Amino acid sequence: MSTFDHDHHDDSSNTDPRVSRRRVLECMTWAGTGVLWTVSGGVPRSLGLVGSAMAAEPAGMTFLQISDSHVGFDKPANPNALGTLEEAIAKIKTMPIKPAFMIHTGDISHLSKASEFDDAERIISQAKLDVHYVPGEHDFLDEEIKFYKDRYGKGTKGAGYHSFDASGVHFIGLVNVVDLKAGGLGNLGAEQLAWLEQDLKGRSKSTPIVVFAHIPLWTVYPEWGWGTEDGARALDYLKGFGSVTVLNGHIHQVMQKVEGNVTFHTARSTAFPQPAPGTAPSPGPMKVADDKLRGLLGVASINFKRNDQPLAIIDTPLQG
Amino acid sequence: MISATFRKHGVRIAIAAALSLYLGGAHAAETKVTIDNFTFTPAQLNLKVGDTVTWTNHDDIPHTVVSAGKFRSKAMDTDGTFSFTFTAAGDYQYFCSLHPHMTGMIKVE
Repeated sequence: MSTFDHDHHDDSSNTDPRVSRRRVLECMTWAGTGVLWTVSGGVPRSLGLVGSAMAAEPAGMTFLQISDSHVGFDKPANPNALGTLEEAIAKIKTMPIKPAFMIHTGDISHLSKASEFDDAERIISQAKLDVHYVPGEHDFLDEEIKFYKDRYGKGTKGAGYHSFDASGVHFIGLVNVVDLKAGGLGNLGAEQLAWLEQDLKGRSKSTPIVVFAHIPLWTVYPEWGWGTEDGARALDYLKGFGSVTVLNGHIHQVMQKVEGNVTFHTARSTAFPQPAPGTAPSPGPMKVADDKLRGLLGVASINFKRNDQPLAIIDTPLQG
Repeated sequence: MISATFRKHGVRIAIAAALSLYLGGAHAAETKVTIDNFTFTPAQLNLKVGDTVTWTNHDDIPHTVVSAGKFRSKAMDTDGTFSFTFTAAGDYQYFCSLHPHMTGMIKVE
C-alpha cells in the first residue's frame, strides 16, 4: 500500500462528515481486494454481484463504458480479442435497461490497422447505441495517424477531445495519449487544458460532470506509467462541482477511488487482463487459466439518479 | 611518369582509406538491445561512430524507440525490430513513445 501515491488531503475546507469515511474507503480501494465492492452509501457502488445488480431497477439515466478492445490482439493472454468484444456486445444487447449511449475509453485497436478499426466498428455497432470515443495509445500507431481521426474525430478538437450533454450531465472526453515525454506519464497538454478550462467556465456547479479518458487521470502506479502528468491541473478546474466522475481504461482492471467530490473508476478491458500494480515484472498482458479469463474481462454501466448525488457504477464481467 | 604513378597509388590508397572509414572498417559494431517486460536491456550503451544498434521487442505489447530529432521507429509488434546506425557522436536519450516510463541511453564517441 505504501508504494501508491496516497497523499490526498488537499480539500481541507470540506466539512462533509462523510470525508473521513471516504478516506477509509480510499485505503480499502488501495488494498486492491474485492472488499470495496461490498461498500455502499456515499460512494458509487461497483458490485461484483452481477445478477442482483442487474436485476435492480435503476431509475434515471444509464450509460455504458467499454474499454481496451485491442482488436487484432492474438497473443496467449487472449488469442481472440475480437471474440470477447463480440461477447461483451452480446451481453450489452441483453441488458434489461437499454443504456442511453456508450463511451469507449480507448485502445479500440491493437496496432491501429484499418482492418482492426473496421472489425471493431462492425462488432460495436451491433449494440445499436451512440458511441462516444476517446483514443488510447494503440489507436495512433499508423504511419499518418489518421485512421482514428478519420473514423472518430468528427466534431472533436486536437487529437479527439470533446464535450457533450446528456440528461443534464456534462460529459468531457479527454485525450492523454499524445506527445508523451520521456520518463513521464500520460499527458493532456496546455492547449487541451485551456480548452477544458473554457469548457467548464460559467457552468453551474450543480451540473454533474463525467470526465472520460484512456489513461487514468490520477496517479495509480507511476512505475508502470499509470497516471497523467498534468491530470491534477484538469482536476483543479473541476473543483467546486458537486459531482465529478472520472472514468478511465488502460490498466485493464477495476480500480476505484473517492477523493472529495471526485469519484475515479477504471473499467475492465474486453480483450485481456493486466496484473495489479507491482504484482508482476511488467504491466504486460496477464495470462490466466482459460476458464478464468472471462471473469476478468467486461464492461461497466453507470447510472445517474437526479437529485441523488452518488451514482452507481456496475462492473459486469463477461462471466462469473 | 614516376610522379604520375605515385599519384595513382596515392589516389588508390586514399580511396581505400575513405571506403574503410565510410563502411566503418574494423571498428563498426552491431549491438543488440532487447525489450522484455517493458525494459530496454542494456539500458545504456557506449558506442563508436558508425556502430549500429538493433532493438528487438520480445513483449506481447508493441513498443517504439524514439530519440527526439534523431530517430523514431514504427511500432514494433512482438519480435519486431528496428535498427539505427549512429553516424555522429553525442548522447542519444531515447524512450518508448507508448510507454514513456521506458527509457534508455546511447553514448556515441
